[in-house]
Amino acid sequence: MLFTSYDFLGFILVLFVLYYIVPKKFQWPLLLGFSYIFYFLADPTYLIYIGITTVTVYLLGCKIEQFREEQSAYLKANKEVLSREDKKLYKNKIKSKQWKYLLIALFINIGILAVLKYTNFAISNVNSIMGLLGSDKQFGFLDLALPMGISFYTFQSVGYIIDVYRGTCKAEKNIFKFALFVSFFPQLVQGPISRFSQMAETLYQEHSFDAKNVCYGLQRILWGFFKKLVIADRILTAVNEIIRNPDEYAGAYVFVGMMFYALELYADFTGGIDVTIGVAEVLGIRLAENFNRPFFSKSIKEYWNRWHITMGTWFTDYIFYPISVCGPMLKLSKFSRKKLGENLGKRVPIYLSSFTVWLATGIWHGASWNFVVWGLGNWVVIMVSQELEPLYAKFHARFHLQSNRYFQFFQVIRTIFIMSCLRSFDCYRNVPVTFKMLGTMFTTWNWNILWDGSLMQLGLTMTDYLILLAGTILLIAVSMIQRKGKVRDQIAACPYAVRVAIWYGLFLVVLLTGVYGIGYEASQFIYNQF
Amino acid sequence: MKKKAILKYIITAVVICVSLFFLQKLVQPKYMSDVVEGRLIAEYYDEEKDHDVIFVGDCEVYENFSPKVLWEEYGINSYIRGSAQQLIWQSYYLLEDTLRYEKPDVVIFNILSMMYDEPQKEAYNRMTIDGMKWSMSKVKSIQASMTEREEFLDYVFPILRYHSRWNELSKEDITYMFDAPNVAFNGYYMRVDVKPAENIPEGKILADYRFGDNSYYYLDKMVELCEKEGVELIFVKAPSLYPYWYPEWEEQMEEYAAEHGIRYINFLENVEETGVDFAVDTYDAGLHMNLSGAEKITRYLGDVLSEEVGLEDRRGEEKLQKIWEPKIKAYEEEIIRQYEKYGMN
Amino acid sequence: MEQLLEILEELHPEVDFESCETLIDDKILDSFDIISIISEVNDVFDVTISAEYIIPDNFNSAKALYALIEKLEDEE
Repeated sequence: MLFTSYDFLGFILVLFVLYYIVPKKFQWPLLLGFSYIFYFLADPTYLIYIGITTVTVYLLGCKIEQFREEQSAYLKANKEVLSREDKKLYKNKIKSKQWKYLLIALFINIGILAVLKYTNFAISNVNSIMGLLGSDKQFGFLDLALPMGISFYTFQSVGYIIDVYRGTCKAEKNIFKFALFVSFFPQLVQGPISRFSQMAETLYQEHSFDAKNVCYGLQRILWGFFKKLVIADRILTAVNEIIRNPDEYAGAYVFVGMMFYALELYADFTGGIDVTIGVAEVLGIRLAENFNRPFFSKSIKEYWNRWHITMGTWFTDYIFYPISVCGPMLKLSKFSRKKLGENLGKRVPIYLSSFTVWLATGIWHGASWNFVVWGLGNWVVIMVSQELEPLYAKFHARFHLQSNRYFQFFQVIRTIFIMSCLRSFDCYRNVPVTFKMLGTMFTTWNWNILWDGSLMQLGLTMTDYLILLAGTILLIAVSMIQRKGKVRDQIAACPYAVRVAIWYGLFLVVLLTGVYGIGYEASQFIYNQF
Repeated sequence: MKKKAILKYIITAVVICVSLFFLQKLVQPKYMSDVVEGRLIAEYYDEEKDHDVIFVGDCEVYENFSPKVLWEEYGINSYIRGSAQQLIWQSYYLLEDTLRYEKPDVVIFNILSMMYDEPQKEAYNRMTIDGMKWSMSKVKSIQASMTEREEFLDYVFPILRYHSRWNELSKEDITYMFDAPNVAFNGYYMRVDVKPAENIPEGKILADYRFGDNSYYYLDKMVELCEKEGVELIFVKAPSLYPYWYPEWEEQMEEYAAEHGIRYINFLENVEETGVDFAVDTYDAGLHMNLSGAEKITRYLGDVLSEEVGLEDRRGEEKLQKIWEPKIKAYEEEIIRQYEKYGMN
Repeated sequence: MEQLLEILEELHPEVDFESCETLIDDKILDSFDIISIISEVNDVFDVTISAEYIIPDNFNSAKALYALIEKLEDEE
């Protein structure tokens, strides 16, 4: 069920009404029911996978928690008799048991994800290696269905069980409550990746109808639809035209495609998240924000703190930190500092663990070399700018440009451009083509396409471009206003008539200029004599 | 205080609903100058509903029979409920819809649409269905007609379907927002120009000549409905040379008609008697009749209706005379207008 | 405490670590800084701050971090 389908609108409408009609203690079970219906409607077989994840993580989480309770009970009971050494010994024993259960959970769940998502990628690589070795033997691909949202709910569950292991959150004792955490339908499709400790606060609470929450939620959904239907789905035509025909569109077209794709991805992804968070808000549930005006970032590192935030922090908390501070890494750190000098040696472990993180980030996004290169490309850029830091410092000490607005603007544009170049790896067919197309930006000199009308051949009309222009200006304006606080708060402070005009106006814009439905194509209506 | 707030919300809701209603009317296609076929279905509802004969079917009814001739020469009051590529279930539900308003003596169904067993084209669906008033018949017609990407909601709120027309609105959309003059004459779409039929292509060989089950299902339903209502059903096949009417199809229809005791007139087979001349009586090389062709076959039909079926001549009824007077005038004016348009004398 | 402040100031000479209590919330320390701190602390204090302790509460101020170090020292 697509967020932009009538079905989805009907689905959430029914849910909203029921949610505030049923006795409050049935609110979260209702959400669980709707989430499973949502999943069932997508494909009943998906339920098996999400079921396995839910049950295994739930049981193992409880087990780990049980050890913790056992430990504190034991330590409390034997407070007097145990020596420091005994206590430590006992604790380590418990810890290693917990560790075992954690490993089982990780193995099962990451295993399912890996098998479903990466088997065919592995097979294709094995095949090409065999081809290179001169063998004719080729393995066939497996027909594996990738359950909707598996990357997201797996990460969410894995985060949960690691937190339970670490003791930063308590295991959920009610399997149905836990099942809701895993399957909560608005965030199933594209995140955000929530943390149990944060989400549990509002997910299971009883919520009474609150007009402000509901209005704010609906407003956010509408804004999401605006981004998705008016901007993303409109520009999609041109993006696809360019990236699917690399032979026809080289040079400046690559640049145009990159910029259009940046806009499309931003509008599509943030719009989808707006719908997700908005739906949750209507239900009185707070989800973590996933974006913080990412295109205003002055560096790639900052960009990744502001784009897909919940994914970034997930990788930092559950991959980057554990790898960076594990025993061998600390030893390596000591060793490299001794051998390479304090300054460089200190950075070796950091670079190594962030390499792992970016490799994982890349491969998480998609099972192909495109994403591997994309992920590592991000790593390279971040590392290079880290290495250039002293140089920047000198530069800034000399010219004092850091607070210069024009210089900041330059930094923002630079970041957008670098990110767009990297992103082209997830557009083009494969890695060599991407490199080739990026190369043509410098070899094929056809910038005149920007003004000679060639852009009109990409499947968009002048009206489309004008709408996109106006839409983009609106996006930027809203982002600027956001700096002063929530836009919805600012609108809510306006007189009633103005408020209504703004939201109804936005609704009309979506209704009329949104790209949805069969659309009126005059050509279809020319009566061709039947 | 509280009352005031409630009033405020009510006013807002009313303003929003009314403005959306107007907007919806605005963006719906008016079919006035371009594709007038889209208007045919809606025009029926303004009529005085006292017809002796109702035609249902696709272009083979609304371009080939002239109710004006039936009235003037036979005193038969008739109306055509046809639209572009009207599929058989659409004809059935349209008939159901019509029978809610009146009970004619005779229903004439053109059987060409037996060839389509499945929904065909969204655009034609819209032209046939949008004009219908809401009733269970319309709901069922929509459900039976939707192509893969269509949504029921698009029919309930046509603005969802036509929203992107904001971009191509013209004066016509405002002028004819709520009311528009009739484009057809009791459902008859008139053309006077001539384009002779030459090289009629033979029909392609088909894998299976049997009409589809769905087509038969609705044909049976139509027969049942007419029996139940006590209306005589007549099948016709207009003398159109294309789409090609296969002998195998003809056989099936003849058999079906015989089996159910239904009168069946195939105008392709009595070209001699009707006097249709494909050099002068068609405006698109044999697909549809022009005015002269339509009047010829209408006269043949009129003879059958008054002599064989025995429909009485109602020309003496004052009320009907009054209704027909302006219609005949408009009909004749349209002929003159078109003669001028096509540069004919 | 002195030693800890030394480590921190070396990383960000411009920050007043004695008074600042929003090192993480205000994004003064990023993940790379945290790793540097942990490996220095490992050297100087001989305690290992494992990943489970990397939460904002422990890193928001020098004081909090020092408390963490003391707690870990005590446990070892």
